[in-house]
Amino acid sequence: MAQSHKSFLGRMTRSRIFAGAAIAALVGGAVAAFAVTWRPAIEFVEPPAPQSFDPALVKRGRDLAAMGNCSDCHTVKGGKDFAGGLPVPTPFGAVYSSNITPDPETGIGRWSEAAFRRAMRAGVDRAGHHLYPTFPYDHFTNVTDEDDRALYAFLMTRRAVRAPAHANDLAFPFNQRFVVAGWKLLFLKGGTYKADGAQSAEWNRGAYLVEGLAHCGACHTPRNALGAEKPSASFSGADVDNWHAYAINAQSPSPLPWTTEALFHYLRYGWDSDHGVARGPMAEVAANLSSVPESDVRAIAVYMTSVFGPPPQATRADLKSPSARSTPADDPGALIYQAACATCHEAGSPLPYSGINLRLSTALSAPEPRNAANVILGGIRPVGGERSPIMPGFANSMTDEQIAALLNYLRGRFSTKAAWSGIEQIVRDARRTDTVSLQSAPGSSTTSGVSTQREKP
Amino acid sequence: MTTLKVNGHDHEIDADPDTPLLYVLRDELKLNAAKFGCGLGQCGACTVIVDGKAVLSCVTPLLLLKGKAVTTLEGLGTIEKPAPIQRAFTEEQAAQCGYCIAGMMMRAQALLQRNPKPTDDQIRGELQINLCRCGTHMRILRAVHRAAHLMDTAELTTNNQGGAQ
Repeated sequence: MAQSHKSFLGRMTRSRIFAGAAIAALVGGAVAAFAVTWRPAIEFVEPPAPQSFDPALVKRGRDLAAMGNCSDCHTVKGGKDFAGGLPVPTPFGAVYSSNITPDPETGIGRWSEAAFRRAMRAGVDRAGHHLYPTFPYDHFTNVTDEDDRALYAFLMTRRAVRAPAHANDLAFPFNQRFVVAGWKLLFLKGGTYKADGAQSAEWNRGAYLVEGLAHCGACHTPRNALGAEKPSASFSGADVDNWHAYAINAQSPSPLPWTTEALFHYLRYGWDSDHGVARGPMAEVAANLSSVPESDVRAIAVYMTSVFGPPPQATRADLKSPSARSTPADDPGALIYQAACATCHEAGSPLPYSGINLRLSTALSAPEPRNAANVILGGIRPVGGERSPIMPGFANSMTDEQIAALLNYLRGRFSTKAAWSGIEQIVRDARRTDTVSLQSAPGSSTTSGVSTQREKP
Repeated sequence: MTTLKVNGHDHEIDADPDTPLLYVLRDELKLNAAKFGCGLGQCGACTVIVDGKAVLSCVTPLLLLKGKAVTTLEGLGTIEKPAPIQRAFTEEQAAQCGYCIAGMMMRAQALLQRNPKPTDDQIRGELQINLCRCGTHMRILRAVHRAAHLMDTAELTTNNQGGAQ
């Protein structure tokens, strides 16, 4: 994949363009592009009967859909599976996910397999409209026909839900779908995944999944002014949904290097003793990976280990020394840590039910304190019906100033990195967006869809 | 010495600043409604209200409470004159062993103070982190709805609501 990314590079180096100029160029380019990228409608089909699909194919499609994390965007919390309607915030406005249940009127019930494949491969719906790249077809283009067939079989055998599409909330010109045609000319590279003969079959399987269906880069790779992933900064970390998706390449802020074994455990079980617990949007990814073939999770771990690069020299000896204290003992953050946090985080009990030793915390070694602030405010909520890690949130008992003092202390005490700046503003933002809501919104009680997803055959 | 405001009264507390609020309430002030369940903020039995919000008192040290007002179940009403939330839980017979109920009532009270007419989903979402091992959840749910109704009608007659101190 590194190779294919490089081929983008020439077009991409003019990275930072002023938005106005970009829009003008984009509209002009898009009009011309329209002619090139126009796609016809694909005829309706009679909705295929669920029993017409081979159960083994449906089962494979189910595992693939879990690896593709389809339900996270296509299911509203507390809503019907795959019925869409989730607003996905972008710098250009909100795009609402679509209904991918087999409902003939509002879903994809009358889509042929060819129409489904075209959507995955080229980001064009059955009627010939360009789909917004919030649907990550820049990754899904890598998916094989065979896997698209299994995904189609899985989705067409779900319960049909009548749920009309929610209108997108985009400003001009982004509300014009032909603009997407221009975007595609610039950024969409067609063609399925090409195996690298120099690598093992397992590595290639992992690369196929990571770069394709699992679309890891959609969150972990920063985007340019036009919302496309920057191939030059592949996997170097980005802000998503009020969380920071860490760099998962050589720039990883993790205090201990990620090994294949650690990655496998983290992705499969949602935690690793050297790295802690998956939370935020990653918790849902790990939950989905808990039920797919183990060999696929291992393949992802093998490939990602090579993305992280050769193991750096960091070992346990390089962790922040427990005796090193850069702040006086009467520092307000130190007092809060001792009184409210140390009971669990210094208990020395095994993960995932006890607090991690914070010297191992990626959040405290990250470039910004956003994730740490989110977790202190909202805690880690238990997953309904499962044994899962849990941490109480402190939003109701700590002020922004107290959390800022605590974060400042934690950074100095447990990370070898330089002090954070602007902590208070980040804490205020985190409280405002209320990421892990303890002030429950309707249906926010569980990571809904995840546990039901796990129970599916 | 630390000054701590509980149920409308200032108390001079002679305890280390890292002492959990729960210990102060139970051991110093002899307010035993809030219960020690897990001591790790994972069960909700120790829930009280601080400045209108539900807080787990077992993981809230004294030093975080400067200038704040704590309300415990004792501050909402008495046996003679129960608050709507207490009446509702009694009338629905929502307690079995009762260990979790004080925490349930306090979190429900905090919810009703900012959302007087919560839906089933909102109540479930709010109380999710409070555990009940007897399994009286359906009665608890009904009790919270009943309390919402009582508060709604009580406002027209009396004004003996607790919680706001």
